[in-house]
Amino acid sequence: MQPIAPPKPAALAIQGLVKRFDRPAVDGLELTVRTGEFYALVGPNGAGKTTTLRMIAGLLRPDAGSIHIGGIDALADPVAAKQIVAWVSDEPMIYDKLTPREYLEFVSGLWGVEPALAANRAETLLDWLDLAPHADERCESFSKGMRQKIALAGALVHEPRVIILDEPLTGLDAGSSRQVKNVLRERARSGGTIVMTTHILEVAERMADRIGIIAHGKLIAEGTLEELRRQAGTHAHTDARDGGSLEETFLALVAEPAQAA
Amino acid sequence: MSATAGTAVWFAQHESRLVWRDWISMITAGRRERLRIVAMGVVAFILFMHFVAYWVVGPHAGAAIDKQTLLTITTSALLSWMLMISQAMESITRAFYARSDLDLILASPVNSNKLFGVRIATIALGTTLMALPLAAPFIDVLIARGGWRWLGAYGLIVAMGAAATALAVGLTVALFRVLGARRTRFVAQVVAAVIGAAFVIGLQVVAILSYGTISRAALLQSKPLLALAPGLGSVLWWPARAALGQTLPLVAVLATSFALLAAAVILVAPRFGNYAIAAAGVGNASVVRSRRNAFRKRLTPRGALRRKEWILLRRDPWLMSQTLMQMLYLVPPALMLWRGFDQDNSALQLVVPVLVMAAGQLAGGLAWLAISGEDAPDLVATAPVPRRFILGAKIEAVLGAVALIFTPLVVAIAVASPWHALIAAAGIGIAAAASTAVQFWFRSQAKRSQFRRRQVSSRLATFAEAFSSIGWAATAAVATASLSLAIAPAVLALLVLGGAYVLSPRAHTAW
Repeated sequence: MQPIAPPKPAALAIQGLVKRFDRPAVDGLELTVRTGEFYALVGPNGAGKTTTLRMIAGLLRPDAGSIHIGGIDALADPVAAKQIVAWVSDEPMIYDKLTPREYLEFVSGLWGVEPALAANRAETLLDWLDLAPHADERCESFSKGMRQKIALAGALVHEPRVIILDEPLTGLDAGSSRQVKNVLRERARSGGTIVMTTHILEVAERMADRIGIIAHGKLIAEGTLEELRRQAGTHAHTDARDGGSLEETFLALVAEPAQAA
Repeated sequence: MSATAGTAVWFAQHESRLVWRDWISMITAGRRERLRIVAMGVVAFILFMHFVAYWVVGPHAGAAIDKQTLLTITTSALLSWMLMISQAMESITRAFYARSDLDLILASPVNSNKLFGVRIATIALGTTLMALPLAAPFIDVLIARGGWRWLGAYGLIVAMGAAATALAVGLTVALFRVLGARRTRFVAQVVAAVIGAAFVIGLQVVAILSYGTISRAALLQSKPLLALAPGLGSVLWWPARAALGQTLPLVAVLATSFALLAAAVILVAPRFGNYAIAAAGVGNASVVRSRRNAFRKRLTPRGALRRKEWILLRRDPWLMSQTLMQMLYLVPPALMLWRGFDQDNSALQLVVPVLVMAAGQLAGGLAWLAISGEDAPDLVATAPVPRRFILGAKIEAVLGAVALIFTPLVVAIAVASPWHALIAAAGIGIAAAASTAVQFWFRSQAKRSQFRRRQVSSRLATFAEAFSSIGWAATAAVATASLSLAIAPAVLALLVLGGAYVLSPRAHTAW
């Protein structure tokens, strides 16, 4: 008899997550993302998307609830959880006086990657993202798009199992945006888990395996685009039922909690 | 009541509102609920300064108007004026390069000359007001002990603020024309800092070379200098006579200063917009290539953080100059050390506390850069290393840089007196660690480019850092004579640190 393999832990499992500032920003959020999944989190401004991601990345401590990343309790053992996670924010934070190659060396040092391995990965990423010609120029003269690509390269150089991205395409031109999307797709294809917030619903529609809609700090709907359309159809009379876009589905789903609030 | 839109008065209302809110935000570190505590702190500081002033200038309030008195007042005023020019240059440079509202103003259909005129006048007012908390206690004591004639000193401060701003505007515009927008930002800030320090250091250097003492008083009271000074009737004494309340010199000094300021406003305000537009074009820095053999050896997280701090500091000439500017103050003690090398240990007793003080100040600046001036805080915070580990690496980077700078000086002292070197090394280490601790307790996220503003972002941290450095310098000074007597200043320095910890915003939270 073949031994039964233990079930693989979810890449990300969030239960009862709460964070309050002046008002509840995240209010009892439940979310599970499977390993190898591309998950898009969408929602109106102030819905709690960024706060949620910052808690997952270990940048904010929740008031209540639990976060497990790859089976590791991120609140009990944040260092172990951070070892397999990468965080990319909408505002690329890099060092003006370092070159992209030096930046990647620094990130590799922080994550303890072997130098030879890190050098190989860095060269590959610099090529993929069209940064190789600028690899030895200081970042101070770079555009927002280039800085965002460097931040993304930094997130990938230590080969994280889970990549958390907060609006990574904001302010990027079409070319840079496509490069970032290609790299993310490739990463998901090779088994990485991606959790991304975006305001560009088209991106979520095209790239994500599943989409979660968050409003008032709660997950109000979740699933593939088809599943979301069905959920929207039960909530409101809308075109969303029959092949409507994610935008229509999103507006239909978000409208109800807003009215209730 | 609001003035008609677009008029100079309307702009003045707008500017004063912005300046007031900016000032309140600076002194309370953005927490208005602290305003009462901060106000009490300011009042306590001014009261304390009155005691200091009573001790320093009280005995001289009734001095006769002779060359000695005029020379002392003139030199003190010149010293303060240099610092005011430095402050005004810093404000003018910021006004050219800060983009917060210039796009809006320049794109609007109003006559922006009025606003820029008002802005220059506001800088003059700010420069004067910044000088008052330090000057007022001395003037008050002179009035109390020497009579109402010293009221003229307030008039002199106002005149100095106006003239310093006019000169700063002229200097900055000249730099703009000669060097262009790209270089002016860096050069103007270095020039401002050098102007602030040069006069003090220059006087000390001359005093050391001529009289073997660091005291400026020795130079100012020397017979050769008094012989060189102009006669009592010279107009060069008019600022000093204005401070002594003589009507004609006071009116003349005020009128000249306001005429200079008016000329600066009339000549520069119409061109201010062009300078601002030129400065805006500096946004994209030129391409600088740095070829270094990356990925050569295995880096631990600690090593990576340390190396990053050092590379960033080394590659930023502006930050380097701002940080090392404090090292200018080491020139006089170094000179003392050199002169007193083969003599007795009295020079060393003076050098040791100065080194300790400088180490505290330098470490404070570097610690701010490493702890608060982290340009990628999210990246560092999401790294898989404990936070105390990150802090440890940053402290190592700070203390390593301090050690690099001060070790040669301590070695030089050791050749003359190993005992003094031991005290100096201990004092430097403790003062640097104390300043680093203050910066850690008062840390706040900021860009490295905001380094110059760090001292106003938390007055409490600035005072704690300064008083801690002074305390450890005093401890080292006393320790050179008697270790047991040094316990008292050491306890005071520890109390300063304890107070800073209790009042710090992070004292009650884990890092």
